[in-house]
Amino acid sequence: MGLTTEKVNELEAITKKMRMNIIETLYKVQTGHPGGSLSAVEIMTTLYFSHMRVDCAAPGCPDRDRFIASKGHCAPVVYTTLACKGYFPEEELGNLRQLGCILQGHPDMKRIPGIDLSTGSLGLGLSAGIGLALSARLDNKDYYTYVLIGDGELQEGQNWEAFMAGAKYKLNNLIAIIDYNGVQLDGTTEDIMPLGDLRKKFEAFDWHVVECDGHDLVALDKVFIAAKQEKGMPTVIIAKTVKGKGVSFMEGKNTWHGKAIGKQEYETAIAELGGSI
Amino acid sequence: MKAMREAYGEELVELGKTNNKVVALDADVSGSTRSALFGKAFPDRFFNVGIAEGNMAAMAAGFALADKIPFINTFAFLMAARATDPIRSLIAYNKLNVKVVGAYGGFSDSYDGGSHQAIEDVAIMRSLPNLKVIIPADEYAARAAVRAVAEYFGPIYLRLNRAEVPPVYSTDNCSFVIGKGNVLAEGKTVTIIANGYMVHRAMQAREILLNEGIDAEVIDMHTVKPIDSELVIRSAAKTGAVVTAEEASIIGGLGSAVAEVLAVNKPVPMEFVGVKDVFGESGDYQQLLSKFGLDTPSIVQAAHRVIAKRSSN
Ligand SMILES: Cc1ncc(C[n+]2csc(CCOP(=O)(O)OP(=O)(O)O)c2C)c(N)n1
Ligand SMILES: [Mg+2]
Repeated sequence: MGLTTEKVNELEAITKKMRMNIIETLYKVQTGHPGGSLSAVEIMTTLYFSHMRVDCAAPGCPDRDRFIASKGHCAPVVYTTLACKGYFPEEELGNLRQLGCILQGHPDMKRIPGIDLSTGSLGLGLSAGIGLALSARLDNKDYYTYVLIGDGELQEGQNWEAFMAGAKYKLNNLIAIIDYNGVQLDGTTEDIMPLGDLRKKFEAFDWHVVECDGHDLVALDKVFIAAKQEKGMPTVIIAKTVKGKGVSFMEGKNTWHGKAIGKQEYETAIAELGGSI
Repeated sequence: MKAMREAYGEELVELGKTNNKVVALDADVSGSTRSALFGKAFPDRFFNVGIAEGNMAAMAAGFALADKIPFINTFAFLMAARATDPIRSLIAYNKLNVKVVGAYGGFSDSYDGGSHQAIEDVAIMRSLPNLKVIIPADEYAARAAVRAVAEYFGPIYLRLNRAEVPPVYSTDNCSFVIGKGNVLAEGKTVTIIANGYMVHRAMQAREILLNEGIDAEVIDMHTVKPIDSELVIRSAAKTGAVVTAEEASIIGGLGSAVAEVLAVNKPVPMEFVGVKDVFGESGDYQQLLSKFGLDTPSIVQAAHRVIAKRSSN
């Protein structure tokens, strides 16, 4: 059973709103990471508005699905997701990165309702996800643990230690999502440190591998269903994305990894996203 | 006024011109650390290893074994957190000639928040045998430090700041000898020993104290290890009251190094200006420095307290 047209329309409206929120917020505060946030909008929407079992009224509920943004610099998309989901008022987004605010530069579980793990130092999230997934098994709980990982982030060796561990324990309640946008901070992954054939690598690590267009809501829905149907091993989703997706001058550009948005750029971006100022 | 990282990148290029043994490595933050300048000038001697700090540091060990002079670059918190095993087990243990450069020291990566701010790196690096630890005060000192660490044979941690730090020195007035503190102003009533950005703050505090009739001696202790014990003891003997000021945790950094010297050789009252065993948070750099007690008034107050302690002894 796929998504209904109404559901697709609803999700599309959310992605549009989230992209606007990201640009509005980052323009206002003049600091933060647009590229890797825009690239994960559809992934986050699919997770929080279709697949994850979460309730903003009970952010600490022991049975909830868990989400770890291992690529913690995509905080802007995480925060707009949580705001749209009702974890805190949307106005809070405008205080991003300001002294004393809850919305720290990188996700902070001690301050922000809905954040399951503080992140920022790349390459640690999947290992923590394995700890959570093993705990679910120990506690006889049926929650899923989702971990969002950057493709550049995969260069950090610890990921591969975690992939081995995930296979050893056959964690069918663990789902890793690779935001496969081909770009990192200093350049393309191909120039900085080629990743090679990811599918083959993950298969060699004994993970269930699925691939999809990471901006196609229907395709994303299908791969998450497939991931949950896999009973013998953990799943990794290779979501093919575009860094900076939706804002033409940011697309595919490492220079927009963490750059402040100028006035002209802001106006162009909002217009391209179909908004008005 | 130039950001310290800019000065660092430029000086590294100068070094590359005169010494072809110099190689530079970075872990996908070369635009931030400015090692990219070296990469542009000497593409054959620059290695961007991707997001893999441990690999970078261990690779540098290999370069050093083959008589190269590797400079490894990433954020200070990552150097201390992700690259420490190779820095400890290969570089420091074997006294390999690797220059470990931590960018974005202290709170200077202010908006990224506590996850990215380096307050523990100084203590971690200082505790590794054979590793020298240097924290220059401004762009001029950073340049001089790059030259000095290249000249010295052995492992060194050089900690830099992201920001445009107001200068303390000038082009033709910056003596920099590893292991020798610089007395920037003589005084009799209290000694302020600082490094990094806090040197500028200490000089400002000195002005305020002077107006109150208190003459403070200000020392730039750019080398945290080996600490200039002789200078510390001499100044403490003269003033009988010592304040340390650093943009790092008060646990294990400059303050600790000074206290270790004084406790054994010349016990006098001390006050520590530094991060009080807490993580940072997001915000404007100057606002953060004030919030965490690293501003000029904090140094002035610490001077008042330490002078009062001496008087009541
Ligand atoms: C361990 C670690 N190394 C380096 C950094 C600095 N850094 C933050 S984001 C980034 C690039 C990330 O690229 P990628 O994983 O591809 O993320 P995306 O393209 O989705 O933004 C780097 C190098 C960090 N936060 N943590
Ligand atoms: Mg990427």
